[in-house]
Formats: sequence, structure tokens, C-alpha cells
Amino acid sequence: MQNPKEEHKILIVDDEPNIVMALEYAFKKSNFQVFIARDGEEALQIAESVLPDLVLLDIMMPNVDGYQTLRKIKENQHMQHTKVVFLSAKNKHSDIQKGLDLGADKYLTKPFTVKKIIEEVKEII
Amino acid sequence: MGSWSVLIVLLCYLALLFALAFWAERNTANRWIKNPYVYALSLAVYCSAWTYYGSIGVAANSGIDFLTIYLGPVIALPLWMFIMTRIIKIAKNNKIASIADFVSLRYGNDRQLGALITIICIFGIVPYISLQLKAVSETFQLLSGSTQTAENIFLDTTFYISLLLAVFIAFFGTLATDASRSRRGLITTVAFESVIKLVFFLVIGSYVCFALFDGPSDIYNKAALLEGFDTLVTFNGLEHGISWFYMIMLSFLAIFLLPRQFHVAVVENEDPKYIKKAIWFFSLYLLLFNIFVFYIAFAGKLSLGTGVNQDYYSLLLPLAEGNTGLALMVFIGGFSAVISMVVVSTLALSTMVSNNLLIPYGLLDQLFQTNPETNTRYIRNVRRVSIFVLVVTAYLFYYYFSSQLSLFSLGLIAFVIIAQLAPSFFLGLFWNRGTATASKIGMIAGFAVVVFTLILPRTTLGLGSNTDFITEGYFGIAALKPFGLFGMDMLSVEAHALFWSLLVNLSLYCLFSLLIVANYRERNFGELFVHVNSVIGNDEQGYVWRGEAYVEDVKKVLNRFLGNQKTEKEFHQFYKRNGIDPNNQKADARLINFSEKLLTGTLGSVSARMLIGNVAKEHPISLQEVLNILEDTKATRASNKILTQKSKELTQLAGQLQSANDELVHQDRLKDEFLDTVAHELKTPITSIKAAAEVLVDDEGDMPSEYKENFLKNIQEDADRLQTLIGNILDLEKLSNGRQELQLEHRSVRETIQKAVRGVHQLAEKKGIQIITAEISDAMAYYDEDRVGQVLTNLLSNALKFTEAEKGKVKLKAKSESQQVKVIVEDNGQGIAEEDFQYIFEKFYQSKYQNTRKPQGSGFGLAICKKIIESHKGNIWADPDFSGGARFVFTLPIHSN
Repeated sequence: MQNPKEEHKILIVDDEPNIVMALEYAFKKSNFQVFIARDGEEALQIAESVLPDLVLLDIMMPNVDGYQTLRKIKENQHMQHTKVVFLSAKNKHSDIQKGLDLGADKYLTKPFTVKKIIEEVKEII
Repeated sequence: MGSWSVLIVLLCYLALLFALAFWAERNTANRWIKNPYVYALSLAVYCSAWTYYGSIGVAANSGIDFLTIYLGPVIALPLWMFIMTRIIKIAKNNKIASIADFVSLRYGNDRQLGALITIICIFGIVPYISLQLKAVSETFQLLSGSTQTAENIFLDTTFYISLLLAVFIAFFGTLATDASRSRRGLITTVAFESVIKLVFFLVIGSYVCFALFDGPSDIYNKAALLEGFDTLVTFNGLEHGISWFYMIMLSFLAIFLLPRQFHVAVVENEDPKYIKKAIWFFSLYLLLFNIFVFYIAFAGKLSLGTGVNQDYYSLLLPLAEGNTGLALMVFIGGFSAVISMVVVSTLALSTMVSNNLLIPYGLLDQLFQTNPETNTRYIRNVRRVSIFVLVVTAYLFYYYFSSQLSLFSLGLIAFVIIAQLAPSFFLGLFWNRGTATASKIGMIAGFAVVVFTLILPRTTLGLGSNTDFITEGYFGIAALKPFGLFGMDMLSVEAHALFWSLLVNLSLYCLFSLLIVANYRERNFGELFVHVNSVIGNDEQGYVWRGEAYVEDVKKVLNRFLGNQKTEKEFHQFYKRNGIDPNNQKADARLINFSEKLLTGTLGSVSARMLIGNVAKEHPISLQEVLNILEDTKATRASNKILTQKSKELTQLAGQLQSANDELVHQDRLKDEFLDTVAHELKTPITSIKAAAEVLVDDEGDMPSEYKENFLKNIQEDADRLQTLIGNILDLEKLSNGRQELQLEHRSVRETIQKAVRGVHQLAEKKGIQIITAEISDAMAYYDEDRVGQVLTNLLSNALKFTEAEKGKVKLKAKSESQQVKVIVEDNGQGIAEEDFQYIFEKFYQSKYQNTRKPQGSGFGLAICKKIIESHKGNIWADPDFSGGARFVFTLPIHSN
């Protein structure tokens, strides 16, 4: 948190403020620069301006959902290196497959362990 | 006018008819020939010279009595829809060529019965034909002015006219040997003549009314001054009324039973649908024919007096005025009425004579020996000879006997004689017990009564012989007075004869039908006639016959009459239709029945049966067996019906199963979706709690205290949310399964609303939203207060959620209607999107038109509200017509049911 140069930029997208709050605290503590969006639309705006290294993306959100957000990110030339990790309560095999087929780097399911999420994210980056 | 000029006109008219018949025979499909109007007009063969001339005589003598002859048919016609369609169906299916064929077939193809009917018809109809000839002869004399009678037959013009008619009938009536096939040429001329006689009659009627007098009222007023006028225009008491009844009944029967009527209505019918049109068209025809009768009769009385033959007023009136042209026209009209009647009657009688008398009694063996061409020629010649014999007999009857009798009385005698067919004919159609013996006994007895009460006294009176028996009674017994049997003397002579003859006939028919057990043939055809609709179409199966016959033998018989080619063609179709192996050597019941029918058209049903009987060794079957077989076919039919019914039901059931299955799949999918959504909804607070707890546990003491507090608060909040969610799920489940017990009580709606408002009061105040409860009536309703409170709270929470802070207004209303209380919760918030209306009450439905922020709530709220209200037997809905916000309405019953 104290050394901005080493910080990776992460964008957390979820419409559940309580979940976001816990993740935000944990990632900041692990020296990530954290950005927050509450739905897909907001996420794309922020992502375009900050070009995060990784987007932690919920799927079921109002207006623009996680799948659409992922597609938009992949279409954006400036974000070709941006990794995307889904974090969703949808845990059916078909849902996971769909997420990965769309080009997500990882698919993590809720409920989760914060520590594990951070480990996975670090690994991908 | 000289007799030669009249004769030339007459011959020209006959030539025209020949030409018309020729043309029609060549153009049978022409729409001028093949249409219901020709059929209806051919029925007007009913109006013979008796109508054309005789009605006027009756009107002049006895007043309105002439109408009875036309009222009967008019009453009968509507029934044709029911009875005649049925008769035609049977007749067409069995190739019936005459009424004798029809009735004898009904009683098991009884040979004697067919012959008896033929004889009765000859007795009734030949004098009737002779009357027509008499009319021609007399009108011919009136027109040509010659008064002397011919010295012998060969000097009498009528004789040659009769012979010409016979040639006409013989030629056009026997073009086909199959007597059941229609004769278009002949029928077309009959229809044409029907038009001619009606038009000419209307012309002379108008002439008399408007040219000779100043319209009908002028005639009526003048006639009213004549002596005896009142008796002519009124009923004379009850006796007269009863006679009227019998007269109408007589003509009612005649329209069915007269051989010529049966011929035009049934044998020549091309399409049963024509009947519908004929019913009104023919009734109208009869009406038109009767319009001027009375006026011509009165005009005749006024101008010519009663010293002339009143039957011929229509001819005498123009003659007296010197208008020969008009008189000639009237004569041609009357001649048309004569020709059509003579032609059709003779044709019908000759078919009966050949098929029911000559062929079965004597000529059959001869026919059996020879080849098809000779047979066809032979049958045709038999018919032609019959035609000539009948016409000549009628002529002779006229020449020697009929001078004393009026047209009307001889016509009525014919009707009474023919009426003797009625019990066998009508009951045979509706009662399957009737037997041939009963039919014969009834007819003979009935005919005998007619002879004693009508024919004998009438002819004796006519010939002027000893008439003591009429006044004293037969053998001097008073009870046997011919015009007043057993003291019954108030009826008219014909009504009296009809009453007694039909009473005897009918009683004996019923008595012997019940006494004598029907043989299997009678039973068989009885079944076929009575249940015509279920049997026909299926009757090749529903026929009982047991015996031994070889297909080859049967074919040989058919070959003799139909020729090889036609026989093979018919058999081929028969095999195909019934799915029978053509290589079978033995003939079965179906084949026997089929072959008999093929021959019936040519030979009549009796002879057909006899011929086939020659080659088919028939084994006697007991009645019990017949009944069993008939019951079996009936049972098969019934079980077929049941099977069809069952399979229909099964198809329906399959359809229902399919939709039930679809519904289940749908429900299953909904359940899956429900579970998915529940899982998701549960996971969210759990995730949140877990994450917050993990962060707190992993704290190494560097977490700022406000963070700690926030996380703890989150945990608490999410735990609450979890609790609500689980509570809701359980509620909904209970409500869905009907396991929720309601604490129903009569309560004040106002109090419940106020309680709910107090519950959300704080929240509303915090958001600055006004809750208005001014329009709440003092209604009482019957409900569970906690549950309805839950609904109100939910609706209020929604309203608060979707209205803008500081500006929002939520209005509550309650009013009682007839059986229910209506509660309304409305707000001035964002309203409900149009496409949401049908879904908002579904569980987990959350509008995408909510705030971008995830809304607070489980997605169960409205679904639970709906369940609660419905379990109160109320309704809840969102009002789509409300603008400027959302309006939810629900109803509660006032009384417990």
C-alpha cells in the first residue's frame, strides 16, 4: 500500500457492497491498488480509464451483466493484457464452462475464502 | 272451331312434347333439366284434370270441400324432410322401382304381397286414368262443338289420342331396362306440363275475374245473392268438420302412396337434397292453383247457371263469350294435366305389372333360359305391352262405364283404395314387427270394406240398378248400411269409407303382426327399413342369409340380365369394397344380397330374389338365430362405435397427458430455477458474512476500529437478511402447499392498515415520504390480521423504496363493495414498466427497471403477497391504468364462506 510502483491495479466488480468491502480491505492489505464498480457499466468506464491488470467480475448484476462486461473488455484494444477472473455464485458446470469459453482466465465461485482469492489473483498476474 | 283444327293443335302440342323429351334425354346434365325445381314441378303431376276441371265443379256444388285435396299434401310436405328422405335412402339403396317393390321388400320380398299391391293399384288407378281420358274427350267435344258420341271405338278421337299417349310412354318410359333409373326426358315434359297447366289456369282465372267481371269482389258480391251461397262458404257443423278431417287425411296419404307420386318423388329423385326446395315450392304451386277456383265456379254459376257440366266452367265461360282462342288455351292446359298424370301413372303401373305380376308369375322361367340381349328386349317388351294394355283398359273403362260418375268422386274412390297401403307402408317404416301375412290380411280386408262401402253402392247408384241395399243395409240388416255402418251416418260417403277401411286394415295388420312371428327375411328387412340410418352404408354386412351357393352360378344368372362385362365390373368393385378374395368359390350372404340388388332394378325385388334363389340353396334359419345374428351385427356396430369412442377418448387423454407432461416439465424447470435462485440468494449473505469474518479473524491488530465495526455491522446485517430470506422461503412454501393455517376473524381493515403504517413510519420519516390514510372507510372484513399486515407492510416497503426521498407520497385507501373490501396502496414513484405487469407477482422476479443499484429485498415479497391474498380467496393486482406511480389493489372477503 505504501509503494505505488509495485502495486498491481485490480478492479472489483460486484453489486453486493458488503462483499466488496471485505475484498477491498484484503486486497489493499496485500498491496493492490483497488478500484470498485457496482455494475458492468460502471466497471467498463473505470476499466477504460485505469486499465487494470485484473478484473474480478461478478456475473449476476443489474443492467450489464458479467458476461457482457467480459466481452467488452476483450474487444477493447487497450485491455488486451487485462486478465479477467469471474467470481460468481453460479457454480454449475455449464456456467463455469461458459465463463471460460468467453475468455476468462479463471472462474472462482462464491462463497469463497479471501486468502484463496488473493493467492489465485497473484498467481495469474 | 272444327274438330280437325283442334286435333291438329293437339298433335302439334304432342309433337312439341316428343321433341322436348328427346332433347332432355340427350342433355341430362343440362342445368335446365337437372335442378330441384324440375323435381318440385314434377311433383305437381298431383294436379290432374281433376284439379284443373274437377275442383271448379266441386266448388260450385259443395263449396270449400275442394280445398281438402290440397291441404293434405301441404301438411304432409314439411314431414318429407324426415320421412321422404328416409324412403328415398332405402329406395336408392335397394334399387326400388315402384311402391309395390318398396312395400314387398319391406316384408321380406314377399311375392304375393307385391302382386296384391299391384292389383289394388290397378283397381284404384285404371278408373282414375279413364277419368282423365273422359276429361279429354268431353272438353274436345265442347271445343269442337260436336255433340254426338262416336258410334264405335274406332271412330272415337279419344281412342287415338290414348294410343298416341301409350306410344309416348312406351318409348320414353322404357329406354333403360333398369326401372329404378331415372327417365329425364319424361320427367322434363311432366315439369313442363306443370308449368303450362298452372299458367293457363291463372290466365283463365284472371280473364274471368277481370275481363268478365269487375274483379273478385264483384263476383263474390253478386254470388252472395245466389241461393245456397252460405252453405258453400261455411262448414256445416261438426259432422262436416270431421269429414274435412278425413278428407285431409286422405290426401295426406295420397301424396305418399299414389303410384305416380311415389314414382316422381322417390324413383325419379336424383338428389335427396331437392326435397328441401320442393317443400316450399310445391306448396306454393298448390296455393297458386287454388286462388281462382272459387271465382271461376261462382262466375260460371252467375253466367251459365247450373244447367251445364259445372266441371267445365273454365272452358264454357270463354266459349260463351265467343273467345275460342282462350278456350283452346284452357283445353291445352287441361290436356297437359291429363297427359302428365296418364304418363306417370301408366309408367308406374306398368313397372309394377311387369316386375310384380308378370315376371314373377310365369315369365321368369323363360327369362332364365336365354341370353342377355334377348332378355333385355324381352323385359322391355313386357313393359311396353303392359303400358298399351293399361291405357286401352282405361279407355275401355271410360267408354263403357264412366259416363255417370263425376271426376271428383272417382278420384276420391281412387284415393280411398290407395290409402289401403298406408298401414303397411308407414308402420313398416317405423315398426320392425310387421309381417307380410299381416300386411296382406289388412290390405285385403280394408279393400273389401272399400268395395262394400264405396265402390259397390257408388257404381250401383251410377248405373241406376236396384239400390235397396243402400237404404236398407246389406241383406236387409240396418247395421250394414253401406254409407252408415253400425249407425255411423254423419260422415261424408268417402270419409265414412276411409274411416272403416283403415280401422279394419290397421287393426288386422297390428293384430296379425303380433300374432304371427316374423320369419327371418321379414325381420331382416324390417331392421333395414326401421334403422335405415345405421344399417345403410353397412348393409352388405347386416344381411342374414345362410346357405350354399357358388359364385360361378350366381354370376351366370347375372350374366343373363346384365351381360358379362357389367357383371364382372360390378363384382370387381364388390370384392374391392368388401375386401373379399375374388378366388372364393362359395358365395356368402353379402354376395347374395349384392346380386339380388343388382337384379332388382331390372326385374323387381321379388323376381330378383327368386332368380338368385334358383342357384343358391338356402338353409332355413330359425328366428332365434336371425335375432342372434342381427343382435351380433348390432353389437358389432355398437362395439365399433364404442371402440371409436374409446380411441377418441384415448387420443384426448394422450393430449391431456402431453399437456400435463409439458406442464410438469415447465414446473420442473421453474423448480430448478427457483432452487438456483434460492441458492444464489442464500450464498450472497453467506459469502459476505464469511468474507467479513475471515478478514476480522486474520486481523493482525492493524485494522482500524471503524473498519472492525463496519465488518461486524455487515455480518449482523447479512445474518438478518439470511433470516428474513429463510423465513420468506418457508412462508412461501407453506402458503403454496396450503399448510399455512390462517387465523381468520372479522376485523377492522382500518386498524390493520394503521398498524402496518406504524411499522414503516420510521423508515418513511427518515426518507421524508408522506403516508396518507384519509380515504379509509370503516369496513370490516374476514381475514388473518398478521398475514394481511405482512402484505400491507410489503406493499408499503415497495412504495417507499421506489419513491423519491422528500417528494414521495404514499396513499392508502379502503372501501367496501358488495361482498368484499378493496384495499389500495398507491405511490407517486417511478411506476411499473409495462412489460413487468404480468411478472411482478412471480417469485424472484426483479424488474430490470429498478435502480441500477441492487434493490433491497428477497424477490419474494409480491409472490408472498399474492399467495396470502389468494388463500383468503381474494385477488391482488397492479392497476395498469394508473399513471404517475404504482397502484396495487387487493380484495378481502367480508363474510366467511
